Amino acid sequence: MTTPLVEMRNMSISFGGIKAVDDVSVDLHPGEVVGLLGHNGAGKSTLIKMLSGAYGPDAGEIYINGERATITNPRDARSYNIETIYQTLALADNLDAASNLFLGRELVTPLGLVNDSAMEAETRKIMARLNPNFQKFNAPVSALSGGQRQSVAIARAVYFNARILIMDEPTAALGPQETQMVAELIKKLKADGIGIFLIDHDVHAVLDLCDRASVMKNGKLVGTVNTKDVTDDDLLSMIILGKNPNDAAA
Amino acid sequence: MTDATSQPIPQQRKNIFQLLELDTRLLGMVGAFIILCIGFNLFTDGRFLTPRNVFNLTIQTVSVAIMACGMVFVIVTRHIDLSVGALLATCSAIMAMTQTAFLPDVLGMELGNPMIAPIAIVVGIVAGTAIGAFHGWMIGYLTIPAFIVTLGGLLVWRNVGWFLTRGQTIGPLDTNFQIFGGTNGTLGPTMSWILGVIAALAAIAGIWNARRAKSAHGFPVKPVWAELTLSGISAAVILGFIATLNAYQIPQGRLRRMFEASGETMPEGYSIGYGLPVSVLLLIVIAVSMTIVARRTRFGRYIFATGGNPDAAELSGVNTRMLTVKIFALMGALCAISAVVASARLTNHTNDIGTLDELRVIAAAVIGGTALAGGMGTIHGAILGALIMQSLQSGMAMVGVDAPYQNIVVGIVLVLAVFIDIVYRKRTGDA
Ligand SMILES: Nc1ncnc2c1ncn2[C@@H]1O[C@H](COP(=O)(O)OP(=O)(O)OP(=O)(O)O)[C@@H](O)[C@H]1O
Ligand SMILES: [Mg+2]
Repeated sequence: MTTPLVEMRNMSISFGGIKAVDDVSVDLHPGEVVGLLGHNGAGKSTLIKMLSGAYGPDAGEIYINGERATITNPRDARSYNIETIYQTLALADNLDAASNLFLGRELVTPLGLVNDSAMEAETRKIMARLNPNFQKFNAPVSALSGGQRQSVAIARAVYFNARILIMDEPTAALGPQETQMVAELIKKLKADGIGIFLIDHDVHAVLDLCDRASVMKNGKLVGTVNTKDVTDDDLLSMIILGKNPNDAAA
Repeated sequence: MTDATSQPIPQQRKNIFQLLELDTRLLGMVGAFIILCIGFNLFTDGRFLTPRNVFNLTIQTVSVAIMACGMVFVIVTRHIDLSVGALLATCSAIMAMTQTAFLPDVLGMELGNPMIAPIAIVVGIVAGTAIGAFHGWMIGYLTIPAFIVTLGGLLVWRNVGWFLTRGQTIGPLDTNFQIFGGTNGTLGPTMSWILGVIAALAAIAGIWNARRAKSAHGFPVKPVWAELTLSGISAAVILGFIATLNAYQIPQGRLRRMFEASGETMPEGYSIGYGLPVSVLLLIVIAVSMTIVARRTRFGRYIFATGGNPDAAELSGVNTRMLTVKIFALMGALCAISAVVASARLTNHTNDIGTLDELRVIAAAVIGGTALAGGMGTIHGAILGALIMQSLQSGMAMVGVDAPYQNIVVGIVLVLAVFIDIVYRKRTGDA
């Protein structure tokens, strides 16, 4: 088998005595979509935040393309071309869409000053692809709807040619049409060879979009399955009962 | 699906303010300021709006206004700095001791040596920046709340200042140093007019450049008449301000002494205006630079992003701890520059210099629209806030209101201004 794009080995982290993530290992290959499933509070967001640099793990190792990676802050993650759509969206509410999209990576003029009109033009281009109904380019994102805000967060992750994309419930606030567009987008990015971690509560969406699915329960990994080998009922019993179908077969 | 890139941008019906893209909040403040000035002018039989009083008002505002520029950044990032008045005192003490004791006694520089003032100023700014950075380090890296760090700083630096001078008044300060104080350093009418015309042209060029950049990307622009009106008003305000400062004549006795100092006799009937004070020019340069920093640099963008959502800024790769250090270092540098202006105006370093300035500076920033919740604030707003505070204070003094009553009024105005702001923001739907 090829070297995985990402390997997270034996990751653990606790918050004040509570093991939010307990000895979890997952991996991801180029052009693969891996679903992360689990009940509320299972530890999915916390696991991927260790990859995106938001949290430093208590234990565990991360390998990118087979090489040990030290990711201690979001800047490190960006240097590995890891882009993240956070569940909380992580937008600065007082800034407009373009400023948020380019936050930390502003386009500058030859004099080194931020180039707002160029950033707005780029933002208009990408939003035309992702959410053509989006028009509020000059309003602070606090004035946007939940779905519009989510579109901005998605645009930010997609714009910068990620190799590894983390999507934490990217369609939670989206309407059916916009959700469909994100599904198309995931398929297109996958075809481009990008590896994607997709956290989603919709089992059907996971079966449809993902190659494999890892299920977590109470901070522990229940198991990882190929989506084409399982039914939605199998996944649901993994999520709810913590039963690994592979164990039953063995 | 339609081709979104060629979709017209929907034009809602706009009122005149939106059309001109004028900040109605700022207009409200300017309006309040104008009413205040006219009111005081009526009550003082026209003494409030004389060139002399306008000149004095501006030079009294400079020190607080310079620090208010830095306070905007501090408050925008959800911090506070209670130590600015004390830091000003320490920087003033350091600069006073450098020019009156250290340079002459230790390095043997003679009094009047042209290098004394620049060296003293550099020493002061370095000290202010270092102290500010130290505050920022404790706030950013040790995560001690800014309120506590700077409350401690207030006690420490007020008394370090005292310690450095043993509580004595130090002076008179170097004559070159005094140029930054106001009346002792003005540009004269000719130079002031030249700068005024350049500033007016720059303002107009700025307005039209912004328009060009917008239309180059196909974004909607204001109608031409609106840009013309705005250009006209900007030029009129700048040149009107210069004309007023030029109209304040240097008193005859002082002029005669100036001529005598250069070994000449004053021609009969000679008279000349003060023009733009160097300290005001310094404030303008700082205000313009800080506005560019706020709006057009990454540093400024990160300040506002961090104020809006610190977690989002951090997750977007902004090093918010280092940012905090830089913001407080900048605040410290501005305190040192204010110390130059304040001590030069008094021609001495005094022990109580800058006392209560922290409150004036915070009030100026807040009246100027800086939100304590973070993420919002402008440099020009803070300067206008400082000007309104100073006008209130001097106006009341001229009308003959006793000092305790003055403070009561200023306190009420501060609370009222913030309340009006809250109501205004609720109505306009701003956060
Ligand atoms: N910063 C934090 N401080 C303390 N506890 C935390 C923190 N972040 C997460 N936790 C705890 O860790 C556990 C896992 O949380 P996490 O957000 O990873 O869950 P999740 O699987 O993403 O859930 P959801 O589906 O609701 O998003 C929860 O018990 C949560 O309360
Ligand atoms: Mg989550």
